Parts: sequence; C-alpha cells; structure tokens
Amino acid sequence: MTKSIKLVGVGGQGTILATTLLSAALVEAGFDVKMSEIHGMSQRGGSVSSEIRYGQKVYSPVIMKGNADVLVSFEQMEAARTIDYLKKDGVLIVNNHKINSMVTLNGKVQYPENIINTLSEKVKTYKIDATDLAIELGNSKVMNVIMLGAVVKAIGLDHLNFEKAIRENVKEKFIELNLQAFELGKKQV
Amino acid sequence: MKKILTGNQAVARGAYEAGVHFASAYPGTPSTEILENLGTYKEIVAEWAPNEKVALESVIGASIAGGRSIASMKHVGVNVAADPLFTFAYTGVNGGSVLITADEPGMHSSQNEQDNRNYAKFAKIPMFEPSNSQESLDMVKYAFDFSEKFDSIVLFRMTTRVCHSKGSVTLGERIEVPIKKYEKDFDKYVSVPAIGRKLRHKVEDRLNRLKEYTETSKWNYSVDNKSKVGVIASGMSYEYAWEALGETVDYLKLGFTYPLPRILIDDFCKEHDTVYIIEENDPIIEEFARLNNKNIIGKDLFPYTGEMTPDVIKRCILSENIEGVESNTELFVGRPPTFCSGCPHRGFFYELGKKRKKIVVSGDIGCYSLAVGEPYNLMDWLICMGASFSSGHGAQRIFDMNPEENRRIVSIMGDSTFFHTGINSLLNTVYNGGKTINVILDNRITGMTGQQDNPGSGYNIQGNNTVIGDIEGICKAIGIKNVRRVNPNELDKVKEVINWAMELDDISVIITDWPCVLKKRYQPEDFEKYNQMWQTKDYVDQDLCVGCKACLRCGCPSLVFDPEKKKVSIDENTCVGCDVCLQICPYDAIKKVGE
Repeated sequence: MTKSIKLVGVGGQGTILATTLLSAALVEAGFDVKMSEIHGMSQRGGSVSSEIRYGQKVYSPVIMKGNADVLVSFEQMEAARTIDYLKKDGVLIVNNHKINSMVTLNGKVQYPENIINTLSEKVKTYKIDATDLAIELGNSKVMNVIMLGAVVKAIGLDHLNFEKAIRENVKEKFIELNLQAFELGKKQV
Repeated sequence: MKKILTGNQAVARGAYEAGVHFASAYPGTPSTEILENLGTYKEIVAEWAPNEKVALESVIGASIAGGRSIASMKHVGVNVAADPLFTFAYTGVNGGSVLITADEPGMHSSQNEQDNRNYAKFAKIPMFEPSNSQESLDMVKYAFDFSEKFDSIVLFRMTTRVCHSKGSVTLGERIEVPIKKYEKDFDKYVSVPAIGRKLRHKVEDRLNRLKEYTETSKWNYSVDNKSKVGVIASGMSYEYAWEALGETVDYLKLGFTYPLPRILIDDFCKEHDTVYIIEENDPIIEEFARLNNKNIIGKDLFPYTGEMTPDVIKRCILSENIEGVESNTELFVGRPPTFCSGCPHRGFFYELGKKRKKIVVSGDIGCYSLAVGEPYNLMDWLICMGASFSSGHGAQRIFDMNPEENRRIVSIMGDSTFFHTGINSLLNTVYNGGKTINVILDNRITGMTGQQDNPGSGYNIQGNNTVIGDIEGICKAIGIKNVRRVNPNELDKVKEVINWAMELDDISVIITDWPCVLKKRYQPEDFEKYNQMWQTKDYVDQDLCVGCKACLRCGCPSLVFDPEKKKVSIDENTCVGCDVCLQICPYDAIKKVGE
C-alpha cells in the first residue's frame, strides 16, 4: 500500500533537504519512492511544499487533496493552509513556529490565533518545538532535521538508516550537527 | 547502480551516458537543472547561452561539426529558438542532436501554458515523451542514436512534474562516441532556396520512415488488463492514469509521440468499447485518434487546462471526490512570494512608487516581476523576455499622440534579460529616436531561476572566471548618451536619477548596480566595490519608533509590525543591513547595529 507524506513550509525552511533525506532512507530500505517538488517563483518567501510517496510500486509523484497519510508542516499557518490534503484519519506533525507573511508583517491583517489547537481537535497532531530546539542546538536551520526525526518516530520509520542518508546528503561540516538534530527530533515524540 | 534522481538529473545523466560532447541552454523553470547537471561532467563542454536561440544555434553548429549535442529550455524558450529549429529540421544532423522542451501544464512558474508537442508536427521532427525519471534517462540515451539514424534533431518533451519529480533510476556507463568526420556538404547544410526545395522532399521522406518506425517503436506499447475500457496517455498523464484507475482499464502508453502510430491507435480503439484519452494541454492525440474512431472521450470530459492529476481523472471518470480534513479559512492568510531581505530591487521600486501616477511601467521576466504585488503594485504589463524596452517604446509612440495626457514609460528588465534579448530592444528605441526611460536592474546574476551565471556575472557554468559584460558600455556603444549607474540602496541617489530621467526629453538608461543577495560567487574586487556587502544589521530603537509604518512601504520581510505595541522591529536573523528602511524612517528610529 502506497503511503503519502506531504511536507509544507515557507521558502528557505529546508523542506527539500528533509524530503531528500527521507526518500534516501526509504530507497535504501527497498521501497519504490517518488518525490515531487515545485521550484521557481514560490521560493522567494512564499508557501512551498514537497511530496513523497513510497510503497511496492508508485505511479504518481503528487499527492491529491484528502490523500496524505501524514502532513508535516514547518510552520503553523502553512499547516492550516494545506490541512485538506490530509486524510481524515491522517497524522499532522507541526513545528510550533510562526512566520509572518507580507500581509501580516505590515499589520494589514493579524496572524491567525489558535491554529494548532483548532487543528488538533480535528486530527491526530504532534506539536514539535523544532525551531526553539534548533536555536538551542546553535543553528536555527537544523529545524528541518529535528522535524524529520520527530516524523520518522511518529510514523514508525525510525528503524531505517537515516545516519547514512544524512552522511551522504549533508555538507561535511554540518553532518554531526544534523545527526544530533535528528536524534533530538526523535525524542520529541 | 541505482540512484534517486529528478527527471532533469536523469536526462542529464542519459545525455552523458550517450556520449554527448556539447550542451547549451538558457535557464528557465522547469528546465534549468538539466544544464546545471550536464555542467558537472568534465567530458561535456556545457555552456550557459545568453538566450535559447543562441543555445540551439551553438548546438546546431556542434552537430554539423560532428559532435553529439543537446539544448535544453523551457517551453517559451523554444519560441525564441524556433527560427533555427525549423531550418535545422530541413538540414538534418551530423552528430546526434536533441532539443529538450520543458512544458508547464498548470503554469507553476510561467506566463503561459503552450503545448510544445505542436512544435514536432510544425517542424516535422520526431518527438519523445518520458513519463518518469528512468524513462528520461533511457529515452534520451536512445534519442542520440535515433537522431543520427533518421538524420534529424529530436524534440524531447518533458513537463514540470517529470522534470522535478524524483524516482529510482538505474544508471549505466558512458559510451565514448567518436566525433564524426566533418565533410563539406553544401547540398545538406546551405539552405538557400534551391537547396531548401530539395531538402523539403527529404523531410517528407523522413516523415514517412518515422511513420513506419512509430508503429513498432518499443516506446509505444499496450498493457492488457482484460478490460473493455481503454486509456491512451503519454508523459506524466500515463502515471496519473495508473494511479487513478490501476488495473481496471487497458492502456496504450505512447512514448514516441510524433508521428503518432496510426495502426496502434486505431487497433486499440477497435478493441475497446470506450477509450479515454488523457493528455495535458492540447487534444493532440485525441484529434488524431478521432479521425478514424468514434468511441473516444477526451477534452469533452477532461479540463482543457491544468494538470491531469489523479484527482482530476477520478473526478471525471469515476465521479469520485475525495475529501480530507476540513479546512478553516480563517486560520490562514495569503503568503505570496516577495523580494528577499536585502534584495537590491527594493530601493529602486520604493522610489519609483512615488511616481506611480505619472508613469506607466513596462515590465519583464525575472524576480522584479514580483513588483506587481504588494506593496509596490508597479507593473502595467509583462509579456516575455526582453519585451519591456520594445513594448515600452511602442506604447510611448501611441501615448505621445495624446500629449496632454503626458504619460511617461519606464521600462524595466534585469541584467540577464538584457543580455537575453534586451539589447536588440534598446537598439530599436535609440535607432528610431524613442524617448523612453529604460532601467536595467543589474544584480549580476540570473535570479529567479536560482542564481545561474550569465555574461555579466563574471563566471561561466563551471565556476571559472570569465569576462564581465559591460552593460553601460553596450548602451553607450549603440548610441545612448544618457546612461547613469546608481546604487539602488542609496535612496536619495535613486530619487535624483529617476527625476533626472523624467526631465529629459530623450532616451535614457538607468543601471542599478548591486548584486543579488543570494549570489554565491564574487571576485575580490567585488568586495571592495560593494563595500560592507551584507556584513551589517539594522535595528529599530523602540523608544523612537512611533508606529507610523512608513518603513513597511518598502516591503521588506525582515520588518515586523507588532499591532499591540504599535511598533516595528527588525528580524535580526534575516536582516542583512541594506539600510533601505533606515533611510525611509522619518523619526530616525532605525539604526545600524554597533554604530
């Protein structure tokens, strides 16, 4: 049975690296994997998403609305924006972090309140303080790998070889930091 | 060896394995990473060209000289390259030659949704369409032998999802193909009319041979699931159809799609009660199949625009609507893309915005197209690469016929767009005595597609130093006397130079001179020239901020307004100290950290 994981966030948050690491470990474990991402305009601070599907044989690289088994959001409002991609019995894993958009930055509208609480009433939700933990680790950018650690624990993929995936896909000087971040993420679930 | 690759990585790998000698491209989503990947192979001479026409022409020369060559571009790029394409279709090749078109059903990052499969029929050249990463590698590798066998350039049509989706790919080894002998052959390569008329018959003979080939091509095959319902599809639509319909239908999978296989399609239609033709954009397979068959359902059921994703197919064929967790629209607001913190376009558009009522802004393709959005709303039209100067000129001609309206054109393009096709446009204006204001936002890189080098960046695709094209020198050389450079982060100077240009009764060029905040490679003198580039940070003195929000009009994502405290602060993680907001603040509340 094909599983579908959708990762969403804001341009620059590192959704693509998290997706790359996850797919590398899944391929290593023998799954057929397809992954999709959209490049270009949305990268400039806009909403971004990447999608990963794995199973015995996968055809479509894209996830339809109502078809994601897992929705991973690196930002609160992006979780609310894409929640309709999640199956009614799916799992939401959300970074407890807000990033303003142009319209909330300039005070024209307020950043919505109570997002995670509202969503968690509808669907099984893990709230992860990944940005705060990353800053404690000394580099806010490893938020994505902390989230990855939490995701693989929450959905039972933590037996896969993520250490190898990290070593092969991360720049040498950041490998140790990312390995730490991954372990820290696993402990959050 | 197995690797997980995007379609773009796979097609580059396939070209490498096919022994390709030469590659050229102009960046354009979703095709950009093809040449970026080809550039990593030391066996291949890979080059960024200033535009797609130049890229294809270089590839044509490489083929005539005996090398295997490949050009890649986005769908609209093929329009730019169409002129050489249509005649190269007549001459044929020496070394195998492939043109990759990366189409955008759904327009994720493009201005239109044109279906470049039409180009194969239009130019009378063979076409392949891969559905996934493995096919991208295998087909392109096959296409070079094919090109030499049929003596034709091959059109290789990909779409966004094929380009940017990753899948598992089995890699092969590079075949070292010797460069073919070059022999003078006027009757093949010099397409004067007398020879063109002969070549025209050769093209028709080739089409006839291709029509035979397509019936038995290994890339066109049917899948029998013992159903009375059939689906015909190519490219990503084939994968989507399997996802949506699985083994409930039979399939005719088309990978070699021009010329289409008449017998295969007619037989498949005869063997099934109903045949769905699932294709993105134009009904090309459908119109071909309908000539001889009546049991076809196509665009009468499926949408004429956008991607034929599995949900679309399920909704259309099975009337099945899948609902996920219910959305609460009050929990999110818009998040459009925006200029980065420190983007050198910000200061210029902030100052230009003050002239909004007096000017008409002719726009172009690049990051600066984001100026159409909040808070600038500064773009009256946007057509295609290089069109801002020329369309601005034409508009000014008409506006000048109503002098009482006093409309003034400001045409805007970036450095890469200027090198692409902007030089010709500017030459037209000055030659014809036009009087527009022409702005070149020189950020020393091709920004929107992800920081590719260009003739003004100082580097080639391999990262080696090369000449830096002199934009100011080009403008002066074509006869423009009023050319000024300005640092876009110095607002007083930007204001002064815009006023200067507005007051001239003559053509002018303003070059804003500051690098893209994301540019990766610099020459040492750049650091001297762009003093303290992104080495500093700004902050808001909370005692002095009165919450007037004047600074927010520059649209910087590092500025955060707190509606409760009614004060602005600056996100220290993203601020790079460009000082644009600091110059705007009427209360001097914004200061430099450490000063």
